[in-house]
Amino acid sequence: MWDYVKIAVYGVIAVCAAIAASYARDFAYQVHALIVMLVAAGLFLWTVRRTGDPKPAPETGYMDDVVRAGVIATAFWGVIGFAAGTFVASQLAFPWLNFEWAQGHLNFGRLRPLHTSAVIFAFGGNALIATSFYVVQRTSAARLWGGNAAWFVFWGYQLFIVLAATGYVLGATQSKEYAEPEWYVDIWLTIIWVVYLAIFLGTIFKRKEPHIYVANWFYLSFIVTVAMLHIVNNLSIPVSIFGSKSVQVFAGVQDAMIQWWYGHNAVGFFLTAGFLGMMYYFVPKQAERPVYSYKLSIIHFWALIFLYIWAGPHHLHYTALPDWASTLGMVFSIMLWMPSWGGMINGLMTLSGAWDKLRTDPVIRMMVVAVGFYGMSTFEGPMMSIKAVNSLSHYTDWTIGHVHSGALGWNGMITFGALYFLAPRLWGKERLYSNALVSWHFWLATIGIVLYAASMWVSGIMEGLMWREVDAQGFLVNSFADTVSAKFPMYVVRAIGGGLFVLGALIMCFNIWKTATSAPARQPARVAAPAE
Amino acid sequence: METYTALRAFADSWMLLFLTLFFLGVIFWALRPGSARVHSDSADIPFRHDNEPAPSRDADEAACHKEART
Repeated sequence: MWDYVKIAVYGVIAVCAAIAASYARDFAYQVHALIVMLVAAGLFLWTVRRTGDPKPAPETGYMDDVVRAGVIATAFWGVIGFAAGTFVASQLAFPWLNFEWAQGHLNFGRLRPLHTSAVIFAFGGNALIATSFYVVQRTSAARLWGGNAAWFVFWGYQLFIVLAATGYVLGATQSKEYAEPEWYVDIWLTIIWVVYLAIFLGTIFKRKEPHIYVANWFYLSFIVTVAMLHIVNNLSIPVSIFGSKSVQVFAGVQDAMIQWWYGHNAVGFFLTAGFLGMMYYFVPKQAERPVYSYKLSIIHFWALIFLYIWAGPHHLHYTALPDWASTLGMVFSIMLWMPSWGGMINGLMTLSGAWDKLRTDPVIRMMVVAVGFYGMSTFEGPMMSIKAVNSLSHYTDWTIGHVHSGALGWNGMITFGALYFLAPRLWGKERLYSNALVSWHFWLATIGIVLYAASMWVSGIMEGLMWREVDAQGFLVNSFADTVSAKFPMYVVRAIGGGLFVLGALIMCFNIWKTATSAPARQPARVAAPAE
Repeated sequence: METYTALRAFADSWMLLFLTLFFLGVIFWALRPGSARVHSDSADIPFRHDNEPAPSRDADEAACHKEART
């Protein structure tokens, strides 16, 4: 019966998408309607062919196939996102890379949101979904709730990524940072996210462990808060139901405030809380000892939740935003030092008594460097939110350097660590294919980040100082173009750093692929079987 | 009273008090005396059910009965 419902729904969607494609008012919308039509038609055929097949008995073990798919998707989108970033960095250094034949599609302005969304939402999002599914099952001692709903979340999320990415290249954007996708893509993501929340909560509800492990608290706060942020920031009214253009409900400074309330908490809850969930599971597992202080982890969680949500206004210092609001944002940003460093200490001290593992285990080395970068960028961020510092750093490359020491160093490295932890376990292997390749990845990525962050610090502080330099008469000394030409060497160094990071990610893909295909299989676990 | 003013007055007084007390309560709860054993038990959760979900309660009881009978 359920199969017939699905067939009907897919058929209706395919027909509606075809109608929408023919009435489309702009090219991006038309392409999106065609993509939806093809996906729905493909699912229609697939379901028709399988209808009436005998249903396999429901499985009772952990649901790991969707996690495996998530690991593959994470690695795939990671390489795409890093490569896109390296390309746009090269475009800044060498403007001729904005090819004449691709103007309006592959120039810097179109590719930059493609890069940010690919790394944050495609790479980071897939990593969060996959690891949260893995972690919530293990720490609840229960199979994922909702059966194939997990597959709906996985494939639905990939469709969201494809729609977002093609939209950017074709010019469908609502011009909100990290929230560029247009109204129908936003609605689709909302549906997926609600199902994701239901699966996560459902698994927690049927847990066999009486206590909800702290990693799940972080994951849950990430899912709930992102849902709230996404809906409020994307309140907009479409101009036509057959077009991609929409108009924001809020205007002026309110819109700016809501955008950065969203933007900063996307950092705080997507890129921090979710990834802290990873830290609280994978670091103890890889170090084979429980987290340093469980009490501290509880305080870390609640302090982070209470403080982060207020920090957004520091993105709008010296703008039309009221002074009290930007001061509030600054004060809460500075208070964030405490939970951030508490969390970092908790992660690092988990290794106390096992520091020798740093010498022998490149995966734990990756995780420790990630936690180190977490501490460093959460020190740098509050410092940059102080108004006096911000007057120098804002609009300069310093901001870009800060973002990337957090994104590459913390999010990237903890995700790589998690993928290296997961690969042998998910494919039933004894160990990774090669630890030496993990070391290569580690050093390439670390040197890449150092080149990136250092060049952007120099470039950012230099241009900030050049912009404010005045002569004895009070005239500005430098024109904008002077700062651009002065930054050239740093832009080249940055692109090289990005290239090293991509190279490391490619090595990781090879290593994971070889782990899945040719590492020695795991010996059957020596569990004492109960006497029959 | 205007909605904004009313909400603002509430946020600046009772809600602020509630959130502050809640936060202090959480810290006290985490640090409460005698909780060390509970916390160390919670910290061990990731090391318990690596390969298999815990057996459901019904299966547990069934196993108990079977054992009792033999």
